[in-house]
Amino acid sequence: MNAELLSLSNAPWLYIGAMLVKILVVFGVTMGIVAYATWAERKVIGHMQTRLGPMLTGWHGLLQPIADGIKLFFKEDIIPSQASRVPFILAPMMILIPSLITIAVVPFGTDLVVNVGGKAYAIPLQITDLNIGILYILAMAGLGVYGITLAGWSSNSKYSLLGGVRASAQMISYELAAGLAIIAVFMLSETLSMREIVLQQSGSILDWYVWKQPLAFVLFLVTGTAEINRTPFDMPEAESELVSGFCTEYSSMKYALFFMAEYANMIVVAAIMATLFLGGWAGPTPWGPVNLLGKIFAFMFFLMWIRATFPRVRYDQLMKLGWKVLLPLALANILVTGIVVVLQQ
Amino acid sequence: MEVLFFYLVALVAVLSGLIVVTAKSPVNSALALVNTFFCLAVFYVMLHAPFMAAIQIMVYAGAIMVLILFVIMLLNMGVEPHKKPTHIAWGAIGGTLVLLVSILFIQRGDTARAVGNISKDVVLREGHTALIGKAMFVDFLLPFEIASILLLVAIVGAVILAKKEV
Amino acid sequence: MENLVQMALQNVNMAAIMPSLVLCCFGMFLLMINVFMPRGKTTAASLISLLGLAVTFVVTLRAWNHPELGFAGHVALDNFATFFNVIFLIAAFLTVLMSDDYLHREGYPVGEFYPLVLFTTAGAMWMASGTDLMTVFLGLEVLSISLYVLAGLFRGQLRSNEAGLKYFLLGAFSTGFLLYGTALLYGVAGTTNIADIGFYLSAHGKMLQNPMTIAGMLLLAVGFLFKIAVVPFHMWTPDVYQGAPTPVTAFMSAGPKAAAFAALVRILILGLGGLQADWSSLLWMLAVLTMFIGNVTAIYQTDIKRMLAYSSIAHAGYALVGLVAANAVGISGILFYMLAYTFMNIGAFAVLVLAGKQGEDNLTLEGFSGFGYKRPFLGVAMSIFLFALMGIPPTAGFAGKFYIFAGAINAGYIWLAILGVLNSAISLYYYLRVMVYMYFREPQEDYGWVRMNPGTVVSIVLAIVGVLYLGVVPGKIMEMAKMALF
Repeated sequence: MNAELLSLSNAPWLYIGAMLVKILVVFGVTMGIVAYATWAERKVIGHMQTRLGPMLTGWHGLLQPIADGIKLFFKEDIIPSQASRVPFILAPMMILIPSLITIAVVPFGTDLVVNVGGKAYAIPLQITDLNIGILYILAMAGLGVYGITLAGWSSNSKYSLLGGVRASAQMISYELAAGLAIIAVFMLSETLSMREIVLQQSGSILDWYVWKQPLAFVLFLVTGTAEINRTPFDMPEAESELVSGFCTEYSSMKYALFFMAEYANMIVVAAIMATLFLGGWAGPTPWGPVNLLGKIFAFMFFLMWIRATFPRVRYDQLMKLGWKVLLPLALANILVTGIVVVLQQ
Repeated sequence: MEVLFFYLVALVAVLSGLIVVTAKSPVNSALALVNTFFCLAVFYVMLHAPFMAAIQIMVYAGAIMVLILFVIMLLNMGVEPHKKPTHIAWGAIGGTLVLLVSILFIQRGDTARAVGNISKDVVLREGHTALIGKAMFVDFLLPFEIASILLLVAIVGAVILAKKEV
Repeated sequence: MENLVQMALQNVNMAAIMPSLVLCCFGMFLLMINVFMPRGKTTAASLISLLGLAVTFVVTLRAWNHPELGFAGHVALDNFATFFNVIFLIAAFLTVLMSDDYLHREGYPVGEFYPLVLFTTAGAMWMASGTDLMTVFLGLEVLSISLYVLAGLFRGQLRSNEAGLKYFLLGAFSTGFLLYGTALLYGVAGTTNIADIGFYLSAHGKMLQNPMTIAGMLLLAVGFLFKIAVVPFHMWTPDVYQGAPTPVTAFMSAGPKAAAFAALVRILILGLGGLQADWSSLLWMLAVLTMFIGNVTAIYQTDIKRMLAYSSIAHAGYALVGLVAANAVGISGILFYMLAYTFMNIGAFAVLVLAGKQGEDNLTLEGFSGFGYKRPFLGVAMSIFLFALMGIPPTAGFAGKFYIFAGAINAGYIWLAILGVLNSAISLYYYLRVMVYMYFREPQEDYGWVRMNPGTVVSIVLAIVGVLYLGVVPGKIMEMAKMALF
């Protein structure tokens, strides 16, 4: 029996219900990963530096994220008297929201078929499939920079301002290279929809785009790390020179929001990498969500590993790398891909 | 439903537009402008033009306005001093006149209906992104290429005017 | 996918954009060459750009009587476009000839000057040959942006900064009008193709009285009239002309003005011919205003560059008369007049380039006292150009004004022609005053700083030849101008 794609027109209540469940599950899982990513990062880096990391709160510190959350929640919320109040309050939200709504277009499994009233409906395991999915992600990633820039500016402190200025320059520079790097993937896939891109890679591991576009993969790995301001590109925070960069003046839950945003961003970049280059939910195991989560965890571990290993780059090196190495490489990659695509026709 | 949503977004867009011109601090103006761009992107989505919407946000909100904010922050521009009321009076008179004329035009104006061959059905069938690609690389190929010369000239000009020594 | 590539290639017709293509190639080649040039040496760049202009000239002349269409109706290299292309090339050629020595003298030997001039010319060509509002608009932008940079080239001089910034701000504003007008016309006709707009409007007569059509026409006209410097959109002209480097001013007064006329004529006649009653009455008033305000204000100027700026406003008014007439004689009169004006005005500016001291502080009327005795060649040349600007036979200015006013009389605008002649009489005063200073005042200086460098002298000689040729035997060129009509 052929399953009909569930939509607002054929079964409105089921559609709305399924939508709500999907949104809540994705949100819940994301926030859960965010919470335990903080724990994992401390553990991973701790063991890499032959320390133990958090051990006291719960078994091997497993309750540490909850304890941290409670602590931050009860801290005094300070708004500096010289700060611009409205942007200061808005900034943390403006960082977190774009990264959370980005996850909406990431597919995490094959269609789920349910039988209701004798009819079969296919529920896509993806909150929504935009036909311009990846552009939507890039657009939202572009909005994320406002939070950091505004946080830096509105704090009215020189460390914060320097962090904000660095963030805006860095993110604009790397956004360009990131966008150009994945254009090469679209030239092969001929679609911008995340769902379609995964379906095209679902045959076997050899269909993954990482084999056809290794350069684009590496470029996106580097630019993605820079986009989310992780080491070695954490210039906006740079705790050894700028105290804490753009979040120097923040405290309490607002400070926590910055951290949540950082880990949410890691999840987003990991999910995009997995979807575009590593087959998304398709393969190697038959369980879609497990595949995707496994790839996300692997990538997040990789980012933590980098943080434990590499020193921070200098600001001029960062700019030089972005504009003089990554951007030309991405353009050359597009050129070569274009020639190959035309020749194959 | 769609109409209600349109009016809601339109209200936000117009209010943000008003804040852009009335806000005292340039940063608030810039932020309100970002909001206006965002509302415009929503309109594009409602017109079945998601590609335009994404580009609108990526280019205007994500790049151009960030650069403007960047400049505002670097120049450390302060709050604008209070203006003389005469300017406001003239502005109000001029604005009212423009509004009246535009109302007249909108009332008597008439647009060509369905002149072009790109209707809603075509957009839904062929895909909006594909249509834009076709328009850009087939019908408007020459303007597209001229635009690249334009950008080259602009870059050369910016370097000449801004470089420390020529 | 595959058929898209084929479809795109079907529209491509390189022959239709060949002149601008050659110019752009030379421009980009020069940009690359400049990287390897020693700093402060621009002579080679100027020679290469002269070569580029000459090659383009040959390519352009081959297109005469061989009209080419292409790019899905975006460009038409017809005789009209070719005639204007020749004007732009002559303007650019004379400008580049006088620039090299000038740039060295003023201490800004910027190699990028020449590619920018080439790109400006290419932009002007797209304006003249564009048959779609989008192409025309982008051509205008290429032209304008290069000119903003060229006007502000002398970064250390406040006047030049002011010129660049003022031109940029007002130019950007006027571009906004132009785009808004384009959008409204697109809303009316559903196309940006100029000829298609014309067809649509003639098929749907009632759309002609639609306020949106009229608003679109007005806004488009504002955009172009700004570039032509027609009153009341002329405010930027004196400051920009005075502040910009003199060769740039020379080019600015001839090239962009002709380009804007080309685009305006094509749009008004082909696209909005149905609205002729509306736009000709509007342009009638603007032409009269422009002539009077330009000429009367020029009388009060003591700086010669500024005076020539107001005179160029007045000349825009004369040329506009031809557009008001909108008949064969009037329109081909515009073409002829633009060519004549290019020679006489750039020639006059070339004399100023030589006469000015470093820092351009000697371009007042007083500074020209006795100039004609100390520097006889330059004095005679300046006199010829001033006579031409006045419209005295046997110079190009007379022939040009003759054709334009003849066109106005043929079309029944006798009063307009009379006002034009009256204005020419007014202009005699301030042009003759320069000659009075040159020949009837005691020399205050010995003008030892005037260096007769070959480039500028060649440019002056070429301009004199052009002015006299067009004045003595105007018939042949006028015949070509008539063949250039669509």
